[in-house]
Amino acid sequence: MSLMEDLRYGVEDLLRTERLPHVWCPGCGIGITLNAFLRAVLRRKIDPNKLVVVSGIGCTGRAAGYVNVDSFHTTHGRAIPFAIGIKFARPELTVVVFSGDGDLFAIGGNHFVNAARRNHSILVIAVNNFTYGMTGGQHGPTTPTGAYTTTTPYGNPDRPFNIPHLAISLGAPYVARWTTYHVNQLQNSIYKALGMKGFRLIEVISQCPTVYGRRNSMRTPLSMMEYFEKNSIVKNDASFEEMELKYNEKIVVGEFRVAKDIPTYEERYDEVIRRAKNAD
Amino acid sequence: MKSGYYFWSGDIAAAEGAIAAGCRFYAGYPITPSSEIAERMALRLPQIGGKFIQMEDEIGSIAAIIGASWTGERAMTATSGPGISLMNENIGLAIMMEAPIVVVNAMRGDPSTGLPTLIGQGDLMQARYGSHGSYEIIVLYPNSIQETFDLMMDAFNMAEKYRVPVMYLIDALLAHMFERVYVPPEEEIERKIIRRKVPNKVPSRPFEPDDDLVPPMPLIGQGHKIHATGLTHDERGYPNLTPKAQEKLVRRLNEKIIKHEREIWKVEEYKTEDADKIIVSFGGESRAVRNAVNSARKNGKKVGMLRLITLWPFPHEFIKKYTADFYVAELNYGQMYHKVREYADGNNVKLIAKMGGEIHTPNEILKEIGGV
Ligand code: SF4
Repeated sequence: MSLMEDLRYGVEDLLRTERLPHVWCPGCGIGITLNAFLRAVLRRKIDPNKLVVVSGIGCTGRAAGYVNVDSFHTTHGRAIPFAIGIKFARPELTVVVFSGDGDLFAIGGNHFVNAARRNHSILVIAVNNFTYGMTGGQHGPTTPTGAYTTTTPYGNPDRPFNIPHLAISLGAPYVARWTTYHVNQLQNSIYKALGMKGFRLIEVISQCPTVYGRRNSMRTPLSMMEYFEKNSIVKNDASFEEMELKYNEKIVVGEFRVAKDIPTYEERYDEVIRRAKNAD
Repeated sequence: MKSGYYFWSGDIAAAEGAIAAGCRFYAGYPITPSSEIAERMALRLPQIGGKFIQMEDEIGSIAAIIGASWTGERAMTATSGPGISLMNENIGLAIMMEAPIVVVNAMRGDPSTGLPTLIGQGDLMQARYGSHGSYEIIVLYPNSIQETFDLMMDAFNMAEKYRVPVMYLIDALLAHMFERVYVPPEEEIERKIIRRKVPNKVPSRPFEPDDDLVPPMPLIGQGHKIHATGLTHDERGYPNLTPKAQEKLVRRLNEKIIKHEREIWKVEEYKTEDADKIIVSFGGESRAVRNAVNSARKNGKKVGMLRLITLWPFPHEFIKKYTADFYVAELNYGQMYHKVREYADGNNVKLIAKMGGEIHTPNEILKEIGGV
């Protein structure tokens, strides 16, 4: 069997196939991202019994329900602190947060910034589809200025987060951005991040044709993927301005930060335990 | 802690009581008058290999302890009314995921920022009904520093046994007051710890209950492939968004507590046997009530006190069994008063209310019950 076939069968083992079909729309990018994640897990040879996936609420938040490992579908915005509780209690587990942009950066924004700052050893896969899909396509903290959504019928006056820049500013040791068009780069990036420690963030620009694309002249999954294909530029040393996402303009992707040997929160707490025991 | 006598505040006793009861994971956010619980945990937990983390807010704190609970830890957070308001969303998650946790609320005067350093009892209904949805929860409330230490064992045991959040009420009076506390020998404490039921096969169905309506709880990292969600779910934990699944799950979540309410109820019946006047009270306020009862008795009046240690599920049989005039002394505009009325069955019920900041004086209480 080829590697590709190996991965395909392996991925099925990592899915709760009895729960399929999933809730996602045909052509949605979340499935592509989940597939890339599971293939990276297989390549990393992570023991599925020691892997935990935590999601929040929203279309992406449903991902935890399909992975055949210990998995938690938590409250809106709270996936990161829930995951921290698991990781801090059991540092030997691999803990991955798989959630959407609204969940992680609007309602969960405070948790994101503080968890990144403390450098908890978790991997965050942030699917950014520029909108709240589950609730019908309202604008969110990542919707580009000018974009049309159900709550920005005249174009979005709001300014989106520059997510990679945010994560870098907080000292996150691994920060990358890809689109669902970059399936191989995305899989390799997750593979690499799974082999690292600390707070790792991968932003995945993903298509939501159903409620975002249709209001922004990209009615089909294909037209959104074509937009990603034509407008993406790989640039690992991108500047702050280049990382900004502007309505229908270029998408700069790449591995923006790879820093090894930054002590994690869990490691620093081991030192606390050592000191507390000695002081006894 | 070595067995012996200590001079502790309620906050310290709550922390030490939790540690004695096996708590090894604490996540919290500082707030008056509960902050010393966090401080004590920060000092003590790493000494015994436990984990303490100060989170960015109360929402994150409770999320973290629910996550930790699924790893098998006995986990706790502590806060005050404003923090409970923020935690209530995830109280519902812990109810739905059946994750044992203990949440301390050191009650202060409220609403809103209220009286941060002074006693209040305005959160009794919030403790019971704070999160959205129809659910049952366990709420305990001690009235001395010794009891604050001892009762923590029950709080953790009940949380683990019934897979439910336990709200542990203290108040600003107890939190900051110092009294002598006896810590029994370690072996004696150890014997009291009730561990949660775990499934005997892997993988398990994490939400398939035993006859006691409580499902054994699998732990993360052992191959159970747990799925837990706040959505309505079936026994596997998989979302099932139908009226039928809702009926089955939510009914059981309520009934698993009601079925065991007699084991959960703790009530002190103080001189109530022959009483024709019974004052219902709890927490810091009950200390004044006890004093009032003693004065009344000295003057030959048949007055007693029912001190609710378990507030929820409401120990209604203790109200039903008496024929007497009831008085409910509480530091709010009338909360448990309404529950007492519900079960007083023709007996008079009168509210003795104060809005908080201080407890009643014994004289104020005596005046309300018709003088000494
Ligand atoms: S609404 Fe959008 S994000 Fe949600 S499943 Fe459909 S395509 Fe995907």
